[in-house]
Amino acid sequence: MKEKLCTLREAVARFVPDGASVALGVQLESMIPFAAGHEIIRQGMRSLTLVGPISDILFDQMIGAGCVQRVIAAWVGNVMMGSAYNFRRAVEDGVPHALDVVDHTNFTLALALHAAALGVPFLPTYTAGGSSVAARSPDIAELQAPFTGEKMRAVRAISPDVTIVQAQRADPSGNAHVWGNLGVLPDAVHAAKRVIVVAEEIVAPKVIASDPNRTVIPGFLVSAVAEVPFGAHPSPVQGYYNRDNEYYGEYHRTTRTRPEFEAWLEDWIIGVKDRKGYLGRLGQARVDSLKVRKHAWSVRADFGS
Amino acid sequence: MRYTPAELMVAAAAREIRDGEVVFVGMRLPLIAFVVAKNTHAPSAVGVFENGVLRDTPARELLFTMSDGPNITGALSCLSMLECMALLQRGRVSLGFLGAAEVDRHGNLNSTEVRDAAGKTTRLPGSGGACDIAALAKRFVALLDHQKFRLPEKVHCVTSPGFGPWRSGRLAQGGPAAVITTKAVLRFSPAGEAYLHSHHPGTSIAEVLANTGWPLQVSPEARETPPPTRQELRAIRAYDRQGFWTR
Repeated sequence: MKEKLCTLREAVARFVPDGASVALGVQLESMIPFAAGHEIIRQGMRSLTLVGPISDILFDQMIGAGCVQRVIAAWVGNVMMGSAYNFRRAVEDGVPHALDVVDHTNFTLALALHAAALGVPFLPTYTAGGSSVAARSPDIAELQAPFTGEKMRAVRAISPDVTIVQAQRADPSGNAHVWGNLGVLPDAVHAAKRVIVVAEEIVAPKVIASDPNRTVIPGFLVSAVAEVPFGAHPSPVQGYYNRDNEYYGEYHRTTRTRPEFEAWLEDWIIGVKDRKGYLGRLGQARVDSLKVRKHAWSVRADFGS
Repeated sequence: MRYTPAELMVAAAAREIRDGEVVFVGMRLPLIAFVVAKNTHAPSAVGVFENGVLRDTPARELLFTMSDGPNITGALSCLSMLECMALLQRGRVSLGFLGAAEVDRHGNLNSTEVRDAAGKTTRLPGSGGACDIAALAKRFVALLDHQKFRLPEKVHCVTSPGFGPWRSGRLAQGGPAAVITTKAVLRFSPAGEAYLHSHHPGTSIAEVLANTGWPLQVSPEARETPPPTRQELRAIRAYDRQGFWTR
């Protein structure tokens, strides 16, 4: 299989053009590809459509940086702290520019991606009955079920131009192991036209092949794979590092106004060259404090025959 | 024993969980309510988290989000969101918890956007899984900061449906069971209208009525909400040691 290993900078430059729809943060609060989002901001991509179930501050940063025209999501904020201010400023005041929001529920977003993964134009569901989310959404329509005649709702398929996922480990062909909560990862990977894998570590193909049930991302769906240790900070990666709770609190306190956010953006994203520079800014002591405190290894499974 | 309003709310939320039930847990205070219920009266309850995690034991330390490392370590199963939502839609989830900015007379919830008296709109984070829990769990419990503007007669935007004409067909088997606020516990009549079930110690029925945006019915058996027990407080404090969520 063709080798797809490259730097994150190359992957973003090649596969995230202006105007693209990009699924990010598909595992909810963990394994959010912050390094990839920051690289998109540094490269100054514009008019993106962001797709995700919930977004724990990454969408907010990209909106504040002016990269985003539309958000298709169920929840945008700061999970631990509440509101995210750039999202609010964009919707309420058009700062830095107007933002189009297509509201979903977590389930309807999962169904939209699952429909695209199945290659069908919609899927039926009972959720969102009586909700303004369904009434206002261009992606949710009423449906009379065949066979039973029930009133249901149809959710339109969403096929992102590119899905960016954080993985624990991948081989140079993009075959990737992911463990822990999966969120909408399997659907977002299969729904997308292209996939970028950001891995904590690149390992030999035989490591991935040793445990095929953990290979949630088959390499033939992947366009690029980059090795970026600590690429999901401040979100956690199971078995690698814990969530940096204090960082979310600091972000909440230091981005309340537009000038404060601009200073934050310069400090943490524009003013650093790449993830290495970001981790240097963070400091080794803080990086070390987040590492796994107590290992919990799974017992090996015998794949022999 | 002294306690905070949040501790009382967590204890009241935990008591809504019956032993053996499958519970859709959600964010913030319910994360602790599930742990308290597991450690007290509902040791066999199973937690479903929309990120894909199923748990039949409480997480070993405090969670700030459902995807924190300790919620994965020792989980019953790690799946995808679609599989957890399938449990919900299939009717296997007895109870779900959710928060909201506004709750109205019929238990409709708004977490999308609110408008103040001057007409200025404030954008809120959105549904997340709240709409799905409200629509599809067999019953749901909402948690709310009790202020008059948060309890309007009719919410500006129905993010998560309470009782209404859409509670037919598959949705007829669900609806709000309780709204636990910082002042009271509201429950719902067979007609789907909220009434005062209990007021918390330190408040009065009059205070609850004065801070509710419609003429709230009061149950003839309305009483004071039982304060958290010593055992409940121990379970809360052993978990939220710094009081991040409950102080």
